[in-house]
Amino acid sequence: MTRTDTDSPGERGPLLDRFLDRLDDFDVSHTLVTPAGVPDAVDAVASDPAVGIGLPDGLGTLPERVSTDWSPATLRTAATGVTPASFGIADYGSLVLPTTTDGVEPVSLFAEAHVAVLAADDVVPGMADALTRLGDQFRADAESAILATGPSATADMGALVKGAHGPKTVHAVVVRS
Amino acid sequence: MTPDARTAKAEHIRRVMDAEGVAVSDNTQGFNEGRYESVADLEDYEALKDEARAIKEDAIERLPDLLDRLRETVEDEGGTVYLADDAADANEYVRQVVADVEGERVVKSKSMTTEELDLNEALAADGVDVVETDLGEWVLQVADEAPSHIVAPAIHKSREGIAALFEDQFDPEESLETAADLTAFARRTLAERIVDADVGVTGANFVTADSGTMALVTSEGNARKTVTATDTHVAVAGVEKVVPTVEDLAPFIELIGRSGTGQDITSYISLLTPPVESPTLDFAADETGPASDREFHLVLVDNGRMAMREDDDLRETLYCIRCSACSNSCANFQQVGGHVFGGETYSGGIATGWEAGVEGRDTAGEFNDLCTGCSRCVNACPVGIDIPWINTVVRDRINRGGDDGRFDSLVEGLTPDEEPTGIDIQKRLFGNFATLARLGSATAPLSNWLADAAPTRALMEHVLGVDRRRALPAFERETLQDWAADRAPVVNPEREVVLFPDVYTNHVRTDRGKAAVRALEALGVAVHVPDVRASGRAPLSQGMITTAREHAEQVADTLLPQVEAGRDVVVIEPSDHALFQREYERLLDTDRYDALAGNSYELFEYIYGCLENGADPEALVDGDGHRVAYHSHCQQRTLGIDRYTEAVLTDRGFDVTTSDVECCGMAGSFGYKREYYDVSVAVGEELADQFRTAETDDRTVVASGTSCLEQLDDLLSRPSRHPVELLVPDAPDVRGSE
Repeated sequence: MTRTDTDSPGERGPLLDRFLDRLDDFDVSHTLVTPAGVPDAVDAVASDPAVGIGLPDGLGTLPERVSTDWSPATLRTAATGVTPASFGIADYGSLVLPTTTDGVEPVSLFAEAHVAVLAADDVVPGMADALTRLGDQFRADAESAILATGPSATADMGALVKGAHGPKTVHAVVVRS
Repeated sequence: MTPDARTAKAEHIRRVMDAEGVAVSDNTQGFNEGRYESVADLEDYEALKDEARAIKEDAIERLPDLLDRLRETVEDEGGTVYLADDAADANEYVRQVVADVEGERVVKSKSMTTEELDLNEALAADGVDVVETDLGEWVLQVADEAPSHIVAPAIHKSREGIAALFEDQFDPEESLETAADLTAFARRTLAERIVDADVGVTGANFVTADSGTMALVTSEGNARKTVTATDTHVAVAGVEKVVPTVEDLAPFIELIGRSGTGQDITSYISLLTPPVESPTLDFAADETGPASDREFHLVLVDNGRMAMREDDDLRETLYCIRCSACSNSCANFQQVGGHVFGGETYSGGIATGWEAGVEGRDTAGEFNDLCTGCSRCVNACPVGIDIPWINTVVRDRINRGGDDGRFDSLVEGLTPDEEPTGIDIQKRLFGNFATLARLGSATAPLSNWLADAAPTRALMEHVLGVDRRRALPAFERETLQDWAADRAPVVNPEREVVLFPDVYTNHVRTDRGKAAVRALEALGVAVHVPDVRASGRAPLSQGMITTAREHAEQVADTLLPQVEAGRDVVVIEPSDHALFQREYERLLDTDRYDALAGNSYELFEYIYGCLENGADPEALVDGDGHRVAYHSHCQQRTLGIDRYTEAVLTDRGFDVTTSDVECCGMAGSFGYKREYYDVSVAVGEELADQFRTAETDDRTVVASGTSCLEQLDDLLSRPSRHPVELLVPDAPDVRGSE
């Protein structure tokens, strides 16, 4: 578990604190950075080969070795998938992943490691807040989303195992403006 | 049931328990403990459950409108909705969809509804390769076994068993030992099958009418892959899965994982408004395609559900979100699992409602008796379904369709009940226990000698299915009512009560009744023990609702005038107290129920109230650090009143430790029944073990319920008694020779 916050908890505010604590509870490591620090933060946790989805404005950029020009074949062999997340849910340490035409869903799913990049300002307190926000999008634009909490897991093989069909590890890069 | 059928059933249960019992109990008890821990973290668990319940009530009420709305929404977004009347109709539709895209392989994520439909078999008949991708479901598909649990289908299989299965079926190059090895092997194997699949079939935990969004609650990521990697998505769901809005999903997402496997939330909640925007993935050609190539079919299945909606007693079943809390919190399920406590598709307490609704009464009748009405699932259910009541109602309906009644003459004189002929003779016997007890006391001790004689026990076992290994209750010649009638009245009482003389206290365990009278009198309470009909608990637990209702009416006729005269009703037996508080609501008019339930108190609840209101605690025995092991009663715990016994004993200086099990396993008649004796003892041993540890084995054993006392007496070498017997000075010395 890597946790490289430089700020003291008091400066982050209780909502972000709660979110980061809950990420910990669900075995999701995180780095808290400014947009300029995103490439290094991703570089530090992404194994090769890495594929990714370009980040929206304000969330920095991906390091060059993360290929955004992926195909089904490179997706299957990728060690790491890097994607943006729409927002976080503090009570559950959940990353809300959009399903986009450029493929956030497959890139966040097939590789053994998922790195999600999201804005520190984009954290809602609880599940009801999340569904309120999503409800309007779903009704207006027929959008979809995945609430992803921790790595994929199974207990079907006689003990709890992290890494079933989806990622075995998840890292959140939390970007402060 | 014939004697042979009882024997066969007992043997079947024994075999399953031997083969699967350890894995099932470890897993279910782990889930159950996880549930307690996880819901304790919620700010307001009860309010969240109420909210979830209200959403379901409303949705089922408005279901036809919501289905219309959902169809419009999904079709507007480019999907197709098919409302299937029954399994054959649904399967035919899915087969056609697969045929239309020339599908050769279908990958599936876990879906109970498709199990209900036997969809896999229907597709396989067309030559389609159907692959389950949930690891537990896949293990069962490879092993050709049925699920034993609605959430964790392979719960009955050990790691070693799965490893042997994989070795046998796949002859893998590497050796598979750990759970991680097995998971990695399954992931690789299934990934190959997923990437060249043509159609993805999922269930849906919820579907919102406003946006056409489905929620899939999963942890492995296989549902995500099933949808993303295939161009054609077929979601199959019962019509009851529809909720009005996206916002309505919030309480269910918060409750479902916690209630089921004790996880705050599962790894993935997929909220899909299909067709999803993700590009299509053609792994063979190594190309992605536009999302517009995606096709979506929502198959909504009736298969008996709309009729359940019209059924006042089965309707609640439709609120079920299939979380498995009722399985995991059930002491019997914890021992036997879904291969015994389950029907064609569903398992656990709520399965009776589902199977009766979608399969029929006969299927439900196969396992329905395993619900003993302990009620521990009621608080565990996130939508507050009265699961024991559904089991009772279905049992009543089964009775009415019952067997040939060829043994009826044997119990005729003992059964002045209101039931049809044909009801199982064993049920009729236990349902009329009050009559038996009256005769037993009247003819004691002769009745006890006779009942205990070996030839009698053999005959009882053969004809009535009363297991001969179980000690029978010994009837007292002098009933509690007789004893109390001769007692001098309390002078200038602080208050007056009627003490309800339940059948056991009146005829068998008169000591606890006498101790209750003495304890109350010591606190300045005048106690009347009325001549009153038995509560109706015994017939109700056999599914004899008409008889139970007649009992309830007569009890109310006797007790309500006393209540109107200002007397409180005090009840010693927790199962009767719970009956007054819970089931009488369904058996009596609202006014009469309110008056009786509102003025009835469990014995220690009442003693606690007296002490809180100024009664002198010194009138009761000083515990002086005496070490006590207490087992509270299942139904008492569901009502949350076990704390009064603990509080009073502790305040009086007793050193109290309390058991941590859902139920003792005796449950009235259940532990006497030949076919269930082994289950009952297995449940009871978990309780008994807690009172045999180094920390507890010197403690005096007390229990509130009659059944619990019988079970403990049968399993422990030291005696047990009702806790009130500790509180009165002239009771027999309980601190004696342990």
